Amino acid sequence: MAANEQLAMLVQPDRVHRSVYADPAIFELELERIFGRAWLVLGHESQLPRAGDYFTTRMGREPVVVVRQDSGDIGVLVNRCAHRGSMVCAEGRGNAERFVCPYHGWSYDRSGALKVVPFASGYPQGATSQLRLKPVPRIARYRGFIFASLAADGPDLEEFLGPAKASFDDLVDRAPGGELEIAGGVFKHGYNGNWKLMLENHLDGAHPAYVHASSVAVARNAPEPGRPGEEHYYDIAVRQMRQNGAPDAVWEGTGMWTTPRGHGFMGDYHDDDRLVAGLGNPAFDEYRRLLAQQVGERRADQILRVTLWNTIVYPNCSFMSQFRQLRIIHPVAVDRSVVYTYSFRMKHAPAQMFRDTVAFANVVNGTGSWVLTDDLEVYERIQHGLSSGALDWVYIGRGYGRDVDEADGTRRGATGTSEVFIRAQMRAWLDYMTRDA
Amino acid sequence: MTPEQFLYHEARLLDTQRYEEWLALFTDDATYWVPLEQGQKDPYETSSIIHDDRTLLELRVKQIRHPRAHARLPLARTVHQVGNVVPLGEANGELRIGSTLTLVEFRNEKQRLYGALVEHRLRKSGDTFRIAHKRIDLINSEGELDGIAILL
Repeated sequence: MAANEQLAMLVQPDRVHRSVYADPAIFELELERIFGRAWLVLGHESQLPRAGDYFTTRMGREPVVVVRQDSGDIGVLVNRCAHRGSMVCAEGRGNAERFVCPYHGWSYDRSGALKVVPFASGYPQGATSQLRLKPVPRIARYRGFIFASLAADGPDLEEFLGPAKASFDDLVDRAPGGELEIAGGVFKHGYNGNWKLMLENHLDGAHPAYVHASSVAVARNAPEPGRPGEEHYYDIAVRQMRQNGAPDAVWEGTGMWTTPRGHGFMGDYHDDDRLVAGLGNPAFDEYRRLLAQQVGERRADQILRVTLWNTIVYPNCSFMSQFRQLRIIHPVAVDRSVVYTYSFRMKHAPAQMFRDTVAFANVVNGTGSWVLTDDLEVYERIQHGLSSGALDWVYIGRGYGRDVDEADGTRRGATGTSEVFIRAQMRAWLDYMTRDA
Repeated sequence: MTPEQFLYHEARLLDTQRYEEWLALFTDDATYWVPLEQGQKDPYETSSIIHDDRTLLELRVKQIRHPRAHARLPLARTVHQVGNVVPLGEANGELRIGSTLTLVEFRNEKQRLYGALVEHRLRKSGDTFRIAHKRIDLINSEGELDGIAILL
């Protein structure tokens, strides 16, 4: 396995060696040292309202079941029978009293304790008494989001998130009463490219004008969105696609913050969609009124003034607090990734607000969208390019030398199109990969 | 023209890349829907792989022709194999026609296969039809899918 000194040579301040994206041995090491150590976002507690509710997911390569215990706590169990290794829970979600292995009927309760072993007399006395579904060592929640870590030791969740907590706060505070639920279906899209390519794209303000040129162009020539109170179904799509064609100055002026653990978020963007304040949309006005009822006028204004775009929680999550979108990335192979995309409904907001969220998800994050499909095409072209050994380095130097360290521990890009967020991700990557434990 | 012949005609337009003529088959109030969930009832409170009104469907066709439509150029070659055409009923002057779709896509050295149940709502127009609604239920709509940049 690669020695730490060799790994350190792969990441330099303004460039990264292509093997970081293309070498299967490095990918295996990432599963162990990054996905095996970091806090990973697994989902949201609204997915598990009642005792016994569960959903399956992956932590790196580990299949896990996330389940609401009888105590109300949330458990994360490795989805593998202690006997011969079969997954005890088929992929998906549901409600279960017991998880019963399909192979020999070993049966586990919601906490993972082994309750039934058929042909029990066949085993030596006491041999199965210590067996159970393996619990994931650490589980924590922040503002309703479920996190887990495969490592027994490491920074606690609050320390891990650091300033990125503000993005979760923004998402939750926007909901009247702070009540959100995952709703509206799950997009599952794959691409033949490395998992890092998605995280490196979501804060990239220099790509939309080029990657999304075709959807920007057709949206510019589309019929005009309706005035407040006279909206059309297509407005959300047209507005959002046009937004990707914002002038360079808008992208340069966007705030770009990163944290020492590789998280990052983009702000000061996107104030002209009907999903946000300012257009006098009746549903939005009603929503604002409901929010102000809960928190007061001043606080409501404060909350709605925040205009964050994507937030990256390194290494497995990207979300949009303002538009209530959550993406969780599953690394499958060095050149294959799968992304699950969820929408949130604010429980106490007008129904139209969620309809707009769904329309937004379809146009931006949908498997058949005008926008996402072009991103996926580019990820695959990058993976092709980086599989060639003709050139060694990937250049991540936009804005390098002008990054600004802020008092709250964030590092800000000099402009909104700075690649500071990739440099932050690679710094975190190197830290995980070369740390002893 | 029978509904069956009309569906073959529609498939032929797609497979010979005559997308503008295909678009013209749709009525001004048409909807084009590829649901995300099996048996999905509602396109407004649950996401869809595609849910277009006529305006958005037109943008979709225009995007294909844009010189920098990265995921769409070179154009995918497709075969839309339409089968099992059955009448499902008639209401409000529209024929509901069910069919199955086996679709092969080839682009950039990658060949993909899709299977779907399809429902058309057709309005009589002279001796042919126009499409008021087309719903395509991919059998793997809830599975892990790579990006879909073709017209189904």
